Amino acid sequence: MSVTESVLEIITRHAEQAGADRIVRVYLVVGELSSIVDDSVQFYFDFLAQDTLAQGAELIFQRLPVTLACGVCQHQWEPSSADWACPSCGASRARIVKGREFYVDSIEVE
Amino acid sequence: MSPKRIPVVERIMSANDALALNNRKTLDEHGVHAINMMASPGAGKTTLIIETVRALAGTLHVGAIEGDLASTVDADKVRASGAAAVQINTGGQCHLDATQVGQGLAQLDLDALDLLFIENVGNLVCPVGFALGEHTRVGISSVPEGDDKPLKYPSIFANVDALVITKTDLLPWIPFDVSEFRRLVRSLNPEIQIFEVSCVSGAGLDQWIEWLIELTSTG
Repeated sequence: MSVTESVLEIITRHAEQAGADRIVRVYLVVGELSSIVDDSVQFYFDFLAQDTLAQGAELIFQRLPVTLACGVCQHQWEPSSADWACPSCGASRARIVKGREFYVDSIEVE
Repeated sequence: MSPKRIPVVERIMSANDALALNNRKTLDEHGVHAINMMASPGAGKTTLIIETVRALAGTLHVGAIEGDLASTVDADKVRASGAAAVQINTGGQCHLDATQVGQGLAQLDLDALDLLFIENVGNLVCPVGFALGEHTRVGISSVPEGDDKPLKYPSIFANVDALVITKTDLLPWIPFDVSEFRRLVRSLNPEIQIFEVSCVSGAGLDQWIEWLIELTSTG
C-alpha cells in the first residue's frame, strides 16, 4: 500500500503542476526484479485514488526483463531462469544491468 | 479535450529512500552499524540474533528492532537474552519500511549500541525492495526450506551482502545439496558472503561472529 501511496503522490503533484483536471492514464516501468505485484498496486490504487485527480486512472505496467552483464567476458544477456551463469563463458560473476527499476514514466492528463 | 502526455520519470521509492537516508545518517551519527535481516517466517532470524547477542556479550552492545504483523513475541525474546529491543507491529504490511524503522530508532538509546539488528517481517519477497537505512543486508535460508530457494526467489539472494544457511544440524535428515545451493547463490551474487550455521549445535557461529566484529570495526 505504501508503494501505491507514493505513486499517487507523484502523479497528483505532476498533474497539479501541469494544471490538469484529471489523470487518465499512468505509465509505470517495473523491472522484473523489483518484487512489485501489478494487481496489488492496481487494487490499492483504485481505492486510494477515489475523490482525487487520479480517480479512475488506468495503470499501465511496462515490465523490463532482467539484463545481466558478465563480470568476466562482458557478454550481456537476458537470463531465462535464476541460474545466472554466463551463456558465453560459463562464469558465475553476473552484474545486474537492468531489472531493478520502479518508476512512474509518464501520465496522460486532461 | 484529448489527453496530454506528461513525462514524470520519478522513482516510486524516492520517498522511502529519502527516509532511509535519514535513518542512515542517524545511525552514523551514533556510530551504530545496522543489519537488515530478511528471511521466510521460521527460518531462524530471531534465534540467530539471540545466539549472536549471547556470543557478543562483553564485546559489542547489540540492539534489535523487531518487525512482525502482530505480537511482541520476538522483542520479548531478544530482550530476555540481554539486548535492547523494540517491537514494530505493521498490522498488515508484509515488510518494514523506512518510516517504521525511523520510529524504532527513536525508541532506542543509540549511544549505548554498537550493532543493531533490524529483523524484518518474515517474507522472502517484499523486504528486499525497501531500503531502511541499513549498512548491511543479510538473508537467511534454512535447510528445511530446501535448496531450490535461489531459483524461486532470485531477488533476495541477488540483493543481500551475506547469506546464512541455518539449521545445518538437520542436514543428515533433509535432502539439501549444500554445494549446489552455494553455486546458485554465487551465480546470482558473486560477491556474497555465505555462512553455514547451526544455532542448536553452535557449528559455524564463530565465523559469523568474526565477520560481525569486522563489520562494526570498519563501520
